[in-house]
Amino acid sequence: MAKITFITSDEQRITLEGYSGSVMALAVENGIKGIDGDCGGVCSCATCHVHVAPEDLSKTGEASEIEADMLELDDDTDQYSRLSCQLQISEELDGLVLRVAK
Amino acid sequence: MSENLGKNQICLIIGASHAGVNCAFALRKEGWEGKIILLDSDPELPYHRPPLSKTYLYNAEAIGLNLLKSAESYAKENIQLLLKIRALRIDRKTQIVQLDNGTWQAYDKLVLATGARAMIPSIPGLSEAKHVYPLRTAADINEIRNKISQNFSQEVVIIGGGYIGLEIAASLRKLEAKVTVLERESRVLARVTAPELSLFFENLHAENGVSIHCNKKVTAIKGGSEKTQIICADGSSFSADMLVLGVGIQVNSELASASGLEIENGIRVDLTTLTSDEHIYAIGDCTNHFNPHYQRYLRLECVQNAVDQAKIAAAAICSKDVFYDTIPWFWSDQYEVKFQMVGLSTGYEEAILRKESEKVFSIWYFKGNELLAVDAVNSAKAYVWGTKFIKSGEQIDKAKLKNSEVELKSIGK
Repeated sequence: MAKITFITSDEQRITLEGYSGSVMALAVENGIKGIDGDCGGVCSCATCHVHVAPEDLSKTGEASEIEADMLELDDDTDQYSRLSCQLQISEELDGLVLRVAK
Repeated sequence: MSENLGKNQICLIIGASHAGVNCAFALRKEGWEGKIILLDSDPELPYHRPPLSKTYLYNAEAIGLNLLKSAESYAKENIQLLLKIRALRIDRKTQIVQLDNGTWQAYDKLVLATGARAMIPSIPGLSEAKHVYPLRTAADINEIRNKISQNFSQEVVIIGGGYIGLEIAASLRKLEAKVTVLERESRVLARVTAPELSLFFENLHAENGVSIHCNKKVTAIKGGSEKTQIICADGSSFSADMLVLGVGIQVNSELASASGLEIENGIRVDLTTLTSDEHIYAIGDCTNHFNPHYQRYLRLECVQNAVDQAKIAAAAICSKDVFYDTIPWFWSDQYEVKFQMVGLSTGYEEAILRKESEKVFSIWYFKGNELLAVDAVNSAKAYVWGTKFIKSGEQIDKAKLKNSEVELKSIGK
C-alpha cells in the first residue's frame, strides 16, 4: 500500500491510498482534477502530467526516454515531470507528493 | 445564472463510450446543475476501447476491462448511468426519447454519442458461416478469447488489413494462433498511410509469423461444420477455424436520421457540436464536423476526437463561448512497435522519410511547404515535434528534416 498526495491547480491537497496499477488510474478513479488519462495509460497522450516533489524524485526515478519525449508536448515540463500512467504503485511510492501540471 | 444551468433541466446523453462519458463529466465541470442521464445498450461499465484489440485480447491473466471511470465516480458526480438500454426514437417536437425498456425520457438538451458499429460486409455465405467474429465491443473480444482459448494453434483469417485487423493479428500471434490477413487493396493501411509505412508493417507482421495477402477481394464464404473456406476473386482460397472481420465501421446515425436531423457521412454538426436542432448535440465517431485547421468536413474514428468534442459539447451546453479546433492524433501498438500519428495526410504531395534507425523513423507529409501530418514509428520525439510544427505552422527546412543528425527542435526555418 502507498499513500500518494496530489496537489491540484486550485491548491487542493488530496491523499489517496493505492495498492496496484498506475498512479494515473488511481487519480482518474478518484476524480483528481487535471489528470485525464485519455489514452488509457499507454504513454500516448500526455494528459496525466505531474510534477514530483523534488525530495521524492528518488522514489519515482526520472522519466524514460519515450516518456520524456511525450512530456515535451506540454509547455511547463521540468526535471521533475512525469506521466503518472508510467508510475506503478508500490510501497516504494508511499508518501509521494505530486503536483498536477496545469 | 443562465437558464441552462437550472436544477430542473435534463441533459440526456445517448451512448456511454469515450465521447458520452467524457461529456457527462465535463458537464459537471462546466457547472451543469441539472440532471445528467447517460445511457448505452452495452451491459458493461463504460470502458476504454483501444486496449480491446491489444492488451485485453492477449493478456492471459484477464486484466479485465480498463474502465473509463470507476462505478463510484458516476454516483459522486450525480450522473445517472443506465446500461443495457437502447434509445429507439427521438421526438424532437416534444423533446422526448423512447427507450427500449418501455419508457420515455424527456430532455432539455440531448447529446448523441452513438458511435459506430463494426461493418459486416455483404459477402455471399458470410451470414450463414460459423465462427465469424466482428470487433467493436468487449463482448466481441470475449467471444474471440473464448474461442481461441479452446486451442491456441487455431487457424485465424482476418479480413481487412487496417489498424484493427493488424492489431488483432499481432495480439493473436502473441497467443500463438496461425494468422492470415486478407487485404483488398494492394497494401495494408492503404487508406491511412504512405507506402513506406505499409511496407514496414507488412514486414513486421511477416517477421512475427503473420501471413499477409494483399489484392485479395473476398467473394464467398463456405461454412463447414468446423473449417470455414474463404474464397477470393482471383480464385485463391483460405481455410480457417475462426474468421475475424476488420473491414471498418458503420456510423450509428439511424436514430438521428429518423428524427430528421441533417446527415451527411455521419451526423452533421457545427463548430460547437450542435446538430441542425438547437437542443441536440452530437459528438465522437458518429459526427461529420468541420475542421478549421484543415478547412474541410471530417468524420474521424478516434479517441482524441471523441474526448475533445465531448468537452466542447459540455461547454457549449453550459453557454460557454467555445468552438472545436484541434489537430487529430491517433496511436496503434503492435508487437513492441509504438506507432503514433498526428494530423491528416490526405492530399499530401510529398512524404519525407526521417530515419534514425531501421526500427525508429518517421514520415512527414507535406503539401507544398505546409506540414500536414507525421507518422512516427518508435519515435515519440517525431510525434511531439510534428504536433508542434503543425500547430504553429512554422516552416520546416526539409534538408534538415531528412538528416537525422540534426535535432528536430532545430529543423525550423
